[in-house]
Amino acid sequence: MAVREAEPVGSLSEVREAGLDREDLLGIYRNLLITRGIEERGHILYKQGKIPGSFYTGRGNEGAAVGVATAMAPDDVGTPLHRDMGVHVTRGVEPWRIFAQYMGREGGPTRGRDGNVHMADARLGMIAMVSHLPAMLPVAVGCALSFRIREEKRVAVGWSGEGAMARGDAHEAMNFAGVRQLPVVFICDNNQWAYSTPTHLGYAVEHLADRANAYGFEGVVVDGTDVLAVYREAKAAIEKARNGGGPTLLELKTLRMEGHAVHDDAFYVPKELFEEWAKSDPIERFRTWLRENADLTTEEEEEISARVKKLLNDALSQAEESPQPDPATLLEGVYATPEDLDTPHHK
Amino acid sequence: MAEKTYLQAISDGLRQEMRRDNRVFVIGEDVGVYGGAFKVTLGFQEEFGPWRVIDAPLAETAILGAATGASIMGMRPVAEMQFADFISCGWDHLVTVAAKQRFRAGTPVPIVVRLPSGGGFSGGPFHSQNPESSFAHIPGLKCVCPATPEDAKGLLVAAIEDPNPVLFFEHKHLYRRIKAEVPDERYVTPMGKARTHREGDDLSVITWGAMVYTAEEAAKQLEDDGVSVEIVDLRTVMPWDKEAVLESVRKTSKVLVLHEDNRTGGFGGEIAATIAEEAFEDLDAPVKRIAAPDTPVPFAPVLEKAFIPQVEDVVKGIRELAEY
Repeated sequence: MAVREAEPVGSLSEVREAGLDREDLLGIYRNLLITRGIEERGHILYKQGKIPGSFYTGRGNEGAAVGVATAMAPDDVGTPLHRDMGVHVTRGVEPWRIFAQYMGREGGPTRGRDGNVHMADARLGMIAMVSHLPAMLPVAVGCALSFRIREEKRVAVGWSGEGAMARGDAHEAMNFAGVRQLPVVFICDNNQWAYSTPTHLGYAVEHLADRANAYGFEGVVVDGTDVLAVYREAKAAIEKARNGGGPTLLELKTLRMEGHAVHDDAFYVPKELFEEWAKSDPIERFRTWLRENADLTTEEEEEISARVKKLLNDALSQAEESPQPDPATLLEGVYATPEDLDTPHHK
Repeated sequence: MAEKTYLQAISDGLRQEMRRDNRVFVIGEDVGVYGGAFKVTLGFQEEFGPWRVIDAPLAETAILGAATGASIMGMRPVAEMQFADFISCGWDHLVTVAAKQRFRAGTPVPIVVRLPSGGGFSGGPFHSQNPESSFAHIPGLKCVCPATPEDAKGLLVAAIEDPNPVLFFEHKHLYRRIKAEVPDERYVTPMGKARTHREGDDLSVITWGAMVYTAEEAAKQLEDDGVSVEIVDLRTVMPWDKEAVLESVRKTSKVLVLHEDNRTGGFGGEIAATIAEEAFEDLDAPVKRIAAPDTPVPFAPVLEKAFIPQVEDVVKGIRELAEY
């Protein structure tokens, strides 16, 4: 079970074999634009002083996030991180709620209790991340464990960055999942920089996916800027897990195209590296592919862009109207009540 | 109704819950084939199978994290730390994820973590601790410390029913030493309701866990001296029954707070401060605390005896208070 490096995706027929029709492809393109659009507007909100605390984006990771989320079935669950806005978008979180979350408003998924991308919509099968990465990997494994106990054909997807793969949680989660061959797929967003720490100071193997071997499952390295390759590999891994084949570790290689957070100008990343990876922008790359392989017309492109622009502008207005949380409610919800368990999952 | 040990009561309560609710499962180290280090889950794997009595790798974060994930997916996991001391390896998960998920993300985490805790048999620094105060400090967690077999069963059922992460501290020194009548049927002992272990008029001892029996022995010894001691067993440290404590203090006017955990930052400090804030004018003496000194739990029997509050320490403390 040596690590495998995934091939790029070629023709439309190959994509069709992987289960995507033209409408799906345009949907992916739209989700990529929404993802980047949300984060670009986030920058503006931040500069306007409307976002308290810090602000994090996943620029360069849009293809990786949207690709994986597109491969998940509606009943599958996941624990996306702060570079994975595309997962929330693909799962259907309304953009206005994301802007409200950024601004700490009542309408955000955490109602101002937590900030930036520490959010998820449980109704859409997502579980909100914490800062202590990769603390959500064992949680994803637990979701998979429940599917295995109940013999449900569902899959959990757990995310980590390459930096957090140095922590023990990653080892404990992957080891347990491997031992029990649980239906979980581990995604490692390898964007080459853990804050200012480069990969060679984070791990000593050539690929992080090499580690999968030690846990008894397959590791695959994928170009994370190739949304279709990410989709194909994620789909294969998810369906393998669903059918009892156990976990897979997918290492999605990208470059973090901005600083760790908005305050960080990433001076430590060589300029040439940015220039090199800018040629492989996931959105540009996919747009070109759509033109060459799926007859994307200029009219279609403009129409999709215009719709996304309107969606996001409307979302911004709606978010700005969302009230501040009421300090009188601060003490609420520290402890759950039995009524809180009245969810589809807990029945 | 039958006489059962504290350990049997926990085991019976857990088995009963697993029989009536197939969402309940057990996960921990050596809980399956071996039946648990203390045999609480002996015979469970034969009855419920290897996917409901899960022998996990030696990895506390994986055990607790998996419990959290499964609970969010609708299961009711009961995780066992082989010794309460090892919860330090899972501290981050409990405090960072499980405790805060409801507050910040609206997601309840209904897990129970069973924690064989406490000293008294030379377990040394890593098999004897009582870390309940550390967790009582964390908003979002509940801490249960039963003293009697009946409470051990009823509070375990309550913990499994509760929609929050509940740390269930079961005192190892009570496991086989304490026997009492336990109802056979299912019942729930509510959290946050203290129990008067012994009625008295002259002073109150506020305590929980194994120290209930240390206090009881001291109270018996003082009967001949004409000192009437009331013992309030908190049963749960978070939430804790402030009203019951204040009521007892108002009745007796003198109070000793007793626990087996270290003194500084121990939960007794919170109780003493609350009494000072809310019942100062009812007091006829300063609030007194007896707790373990601020050292790790020592190994050698003579040292451990010097560490864990003994009956004679409590007798002395009560006498001082009575004479004040």
